[in-house]
Amino acid sequence: MKRKLLVLALAVVAAGASLCTAQGRTGSLFINEVMVQNDSNLVDDFGQRSGWIELYNAKFAPLEISSVYITNDRNNPTKYAVPLGDVNTKIPKRQHVVFFADNMPSRGTFHTSFRLEPGKDNWIGLYDSDKMTLIDSVLIPASLPAGASYARVADAADTWTIRHDSGAEGDYITPSSSNIIRDTNPKIETFAQRDSNGFAMTIMAMCVVFSALALLCICFMIISAINQRAARKTEEKVVAEENTVEQAPESGHDAAQEVIAAIAMALHDHFDAHDRESAVLTINKVKRAYSPWSSKIYSMRHLPQK
Amino acid sequence: MTDVSFGDFLLSNLRQFWEFTGFYNCTWQHLVMLGVGLFFIWLAIKKNFEPMLLVPIGFGMLIGNIPFNTTAGLEIGIYDEGSVLNILYNGVAAGWYPPLIFLGIGAMTDFTALIANPKLMLVGAAAQFGIFGAYMVSLALGFAPDQAGAIAIIGGADGPTAIFLSSKLAPNLMGAIAVSAYSYMALVPVIQPPIMRLLTTKKERVIKMKPARQVAQSEKIIFPIVGLILTCFVVPTGIPLLGMLFFGNLLRECGVTTRLAKTASNALTDIVTILLGMTVGASTQATTFLTEKTIFIFFLGFMAFIIASASGVCFVKLFNLFLPKSKKLNPLIGNAGVSAVPMSARISNNLGLEYDPSNYLLMHAMGPNVAGVIGSAVAAGVLLGFLA
Repeated sequence: MKRKLLVLALAVVAAGASLCTAQGRTGSLFINEVMVQNDSNLVDDFGQRSGWIELYNAKFAPLEISSVYITNDRNNPTKYAVPLGDVNTKIPKRQHVVFFADNMPSRGTFHTSFRLEPGKDNWIGLYDSDKMTLIDSVLIPASLPAGASYARVADAADTWTIRHDSGAEGDYITPSSSNIIRDTNPKIETFAQRDSNGFAMTIMAMCVVFSALALLCICFMIISAINQRAARKTEEKVVAEENTVEQAPESGHDAAQEVIAAIAMALHDHFDAHDRESAVLTINKVKRAYSPWSSKIYSMRHLPQK
Repeated sequence: MTDVSFGDFLLSNLRQFWEFTGFYNCTWQHLVMLGVGLFFIWLAIKKNFEPMLLVPIGFGMLIGNIPFNTTAGLEIGIYDEGSVLNILYNGVAAGWYPPLIFLGIGAMTDFTALIANPKLMLVGAAAQFGIFGAYMVSLALGFAPDQAGAIAIIGGADGPTAIFLSSKLAPNLMGAIAVSAYSYMALVPVIQPPIMRLLTTKKERVIKMKPARQVAQSEKIIFPIVGLILTCFVVPTGIPLLGMLFFGNLLRECGVTTRLAKTASNALTDIVTILLGMTVGASTQATTFLTEKTIFIFFLGFMAFIIASASGVCFVKLFNLFLPKSKKLNPLIGNAGVSAVPMSARISNNLGLEYDPSNYLLMHAMGPNVAGVIGSAVAAGVLLGFLA
């Protein structure tokens, strides 16, 4: 039985682990920003401009994207496989990588085997290594102007927008970096502006602390009540059983009690039966005058003196 | 090469060596910090103030403040990436020592007093007001909200929690926050009694509380499981600390992992305490430590302790208004709501005995004391959730 349970537990863990691996990239890896017609933007290592696709790792851990497939053809999910063996395919947590869609895969890991076509709808898909699981996809509208990018409003957000890099707030083209440029933590900024004296934080935080501990308190009051009730019931049951045993002979067998007592007495006398002793020993420390018989001084071997 | 005479060669090398020495690079700031380190060691050895913490921290201060040529690329300083001290410091910087300490605390702590009288949890919650009182004062002194949150957690009287939170919210202030937290924890016997005397009447100090009921083993086992689920559902950001605390406690109470509980509460805690104390001490380098901000942090830490102790005592007094006469709490256990376990509970007991030699408050005070541990971890989770 134990072995069966162990096997079952291992199977569940293994299934869970395999499921996690399969789903590791889905929901973590996103197509984050795309430029189809690059006339004044990012230049690759060969000094050339081409359309690009930015991927984003939304996890708080590095994500390996080798063997992931990038394609612009729904019927051919494996058009460009991100090669194995390149350390740069491990995207650090919450970071981005850019692939140049220049149909020049011989130029390196980050150059795809297809080109994005201006003036047409461009569908881009990202498939997992099993060639079937669609991790993410996006349809870039044909109306996307030259030099503009099609980007999520924020990293991994659901909504997309066209960005022209006009210099206006939020209209940046941001290859290899976050779609929203922040130089401060918005949470801290909000607290600094809206709660400069800390009252709101104190009220909110104390409410949370109190409610967490009050919840625990109530829960343990209930558990304690249940426990005490159960203990009382058990106690009552034991008492009731004892009473039943004691009361049983009373139902018309008064004489029998005396008989039983006489038998017990006779047996006691016959066998010279003894009560069981408590077997408790008490050791009292007795002070004695010093005796050298066990002294270390006398039992240790003395080194010969020269 | 041949132009340099042998004497010049010797002299230039000796001069270069002299420039590496502590004597050459020593500044008055180094000497001050070495003095502070020696003072901590003296406090620990001579005055017996939290020796387990102050000896490692004090000696760490000596290690961290030996002057050397920082531009020579020796890679020996605690902030030099890859140095031995830097590797040991990772547990502090990345915040994984504090959860390990919490594992040990969980394995050491007996929550019986709290389970027997669950309403004492509210006293532990009330004492966390010290954290948020200090938060408000920090903001008034011009600290940014994240820095204020990191400083305020000193009021939780919980060193590991203070280190954990400051490593996330204000890593640059962590050294000062950690030293301040541990220093005030060592000074709890000095700080708390006057506040407790000030806020209580003689009549209140001699209130005798009913002995706690017997707690079944099953309740002790259920406590860490339910405690984890409830508190972490409310504050998931507290998982690293609360998870380890309750895990350690389950190891202790379940009865089948005695060996693991022993290791967690003895060997593991001792090892992590040594490394944590020493590296925190070493992180207090003169250049980063001796600033105006550090003085503010020490002041705010002191304030946080006072507010926390006072709010615990006041809350018990307030609570007593709603309790029947036979169930009144002695307000002297209110100070134990700060999570300096078991020192603040011991203070409640000593003060209680001072006014009534037959009034033993230790077990009653242990309730809010361990609730304070949970409360400060929850408060840290709240601050992390709001400000990280």
